[in-house]
Amino acid sequence: MFDILGEILETMRRNKLRTFLTGFAVAWGIFLLIVLLAAGTGLQNGVQSNMAGQATNYINIRPGWTSMPYKGLKADRRIRFDERTIDYVRRNIPEVEYLSGVIFHNTQSVSYGKQYGTWQIIGASPQAVNIHNLTILKGRFVNEIDDGQKRKVAFIHKLAEETLFPHGEESLGKYIVADGISFQIIGVYEWLDGSNDALIFAPLSTAKMLYDRGWGISRIDLTVLGIKNMKQYDEFVLRLRGKLGPLLGFDPADTSALRIWGSARQSIEIGNVFRFVNMFLWVIGFASLMAGIVGVANIMLVTVKERTREIGIRKALGATPWSIIKSVIIEAVFITTAAGYIGILMGIGASELASRVIGSAGEGGMTAFKDPDVGLGVVFSALVVLIICGVVAGLIPSLKATRIRPIEAMRAD
Amino acid sequence: MIKIRDLNKTYNLGQPNALHVLKGIDMDVAAGEFLSIMGASGSGKSTLLNVIGILDNYDSGEYILDGIPVRDLSETSSAELRNRKVGFIFQSFNLISYKNALENVALPLYYNGIPRKKRNELAAEYLEKLGLKDHALHLPSELSGGQKQRVAIARALISRPSIILADEPTGALDTTTSREVIEIMREVNRSEGITMLIVTHEGAVARATDRMIYLRDGRIESDKHNPNPVIEF
Repeated sequence: MFDILGEILETMRRNKLRTFLTGFAVAWGIFLLIVLLAAGTGLQNGVQSNMAGQATNYINIRPGWTSMPYKGLKADRRIRFDERTIDYVRRNIPEVEYLSGVIFHNTQSVSYGKQYGTWQIIGASPQAVNIHNLTILKGRFVNEIDDGQKRKVAFIHKLAEETLFPHGEESLGKYIVADGISFQIIGVYEWLDGSNDALIFAPLSTAKMLYDRGWGISRIDLTVLGIKNMKQYDEFVLRLRGKLGPLLGFDPADTSALRIWGSARQSIEIGNVFRFVNMFLWVIGFASLMAGIVGVANIMLVTVKERTREIGIRKALGATPWSIIKSVIIEAVFITTAAGYIGILMGIGASELASRVIGSAGEGGMTAFKDPDVGLGVVFSALVVLIICGVVAGLIPSLKATRIRPIEAMRAD
Repeated sequence: MIKIRDLNKTYNLGQPNALHVLKGIDMDVAAGEFLSIMGASGSGKSTLLNVIGILDNYDSGEYILDGIPVRDLSETSSAELRNRKVGFIFQSFNLISYKNALENVALPLYYNGIPRKKRNELAAEYLEKLGLKDHALHLPSELSGGQKQRVAIARALISRPSIILADEPTGALDTTTSREVIEIMREVNRSEGITMLIVTHEGAVARATDRMIYLRDGRIESDKHNPNPVIEF
């Protein structure tokens, strides 16, 4: 085996330019493949990180105005949600995983001692903690007892904590005053995506008691299970309208009565786009790799022709057809894998560089490009593809080489 | 060593431009002989050499090399047989241009599966025998014609073949070098006992051998013993 490699390295060293040109085509092909796939992953990661504040299967429903008459009721009525609506959705829509009613209140001021700020209060059910992608830094979220007893408790963002407790005092258990009503702090959180949206969570029942001015519940947040594609999503929305229509008094065909927004829909759409983008990038990358492989096959063919005489001599000296095939194929495989390896390294290097440069551009904010990693699996399969291609690239030229007849070859001066 | 009976070979058999090159050759060569085959160009001598060297096949007849019938061999087994039994010396030397003298000489042993170290030792030994010790690491382009042919002789010898076939070995050499090469071949024939068959159209070369076979138009015209071989260049 070492002997064969020695022989091949020797021939490659004697034909440096040829070896380089052949290798370059393959290295370039695999480089493009890696960079393209990394770009696809980076783009996907970037977009997904912008949506990290919510679960990807999140849907919210807000009451709207009817635009059609329904069972003797006029059009242009306002739809109103209350606890019954939440309960009805919980009981009648099987896909629902977590559910929370929401009531908003925009405060004039929230203060602790001399410190104050202005944040929105959001009344939510205990399950809301599972709907929003947040990390509890200390304390706890709103629980059933808080909700049942309409406790005035607050679950605050770390920015609010920093503002109200600037000297690092313990905030848990302290009372803050929001528009004249005091709330006890039960927990501190931050958003997973690093967002600075410093909502103050309170129990839904408390918020309803304090802030409902007859508008009812302003939003129902929920996460769903088992909705994988647009068809399922659309069916789900139809069923939701069909179930809530009779309860709330609107025509199920009246799309303005309920305003439904889903990150579920968005993430399905984005998922589809990225599947397509990735496929496209694979095709382009693979095509450029194929160009490199054809280059190797072509050059090996020329090589075999160039070396007709040498192959003839070797045959006269006792080289078997198999030993000729072996040396041509191994040479092709050697060039493709060695060059491919260099291409992979350069591709990974370029992606890493892009990751550093672009990744450092938008700290904390929106970024379209993040962590352009290429999985080990992709790199490995690219290498396997390379080796197979090397064999194929070497096969035709080597078969041609075995057909060389020693006598004729040696006469070809 | 060589037994040939009614050997026929036709190029483009069955086609309108068929060329009957060997027309029933009968020939016996004993081990250790030093003989030549002469003939004008087109007489079929090169074809006969190729058949004997298992570089080409034949249509009918019988060819036995060193007790082994050579007939319908696969490419692989004919390559192996060639490697073990036959050494070649060519008019145009046929050295591999990017390999130095030592590597060229060692090449047949590579195909014989002998390890590199052993190969190079043997090759150095044969180069020394042929007076090329100081040129072992030279490329063919750095050697004179005579030196190249001596490298080729060393290469033909190294696998210790039963027979060495030389196709116009002096064709590309001047008279002084030709003499030198023929002397070496005689010497090798005597000391190593290797059968030496030279194909040539030069009478001077043929007269240096013990037996002269004349080929004309695909048939053996004469087969004479040369009782008094002389090297006269």
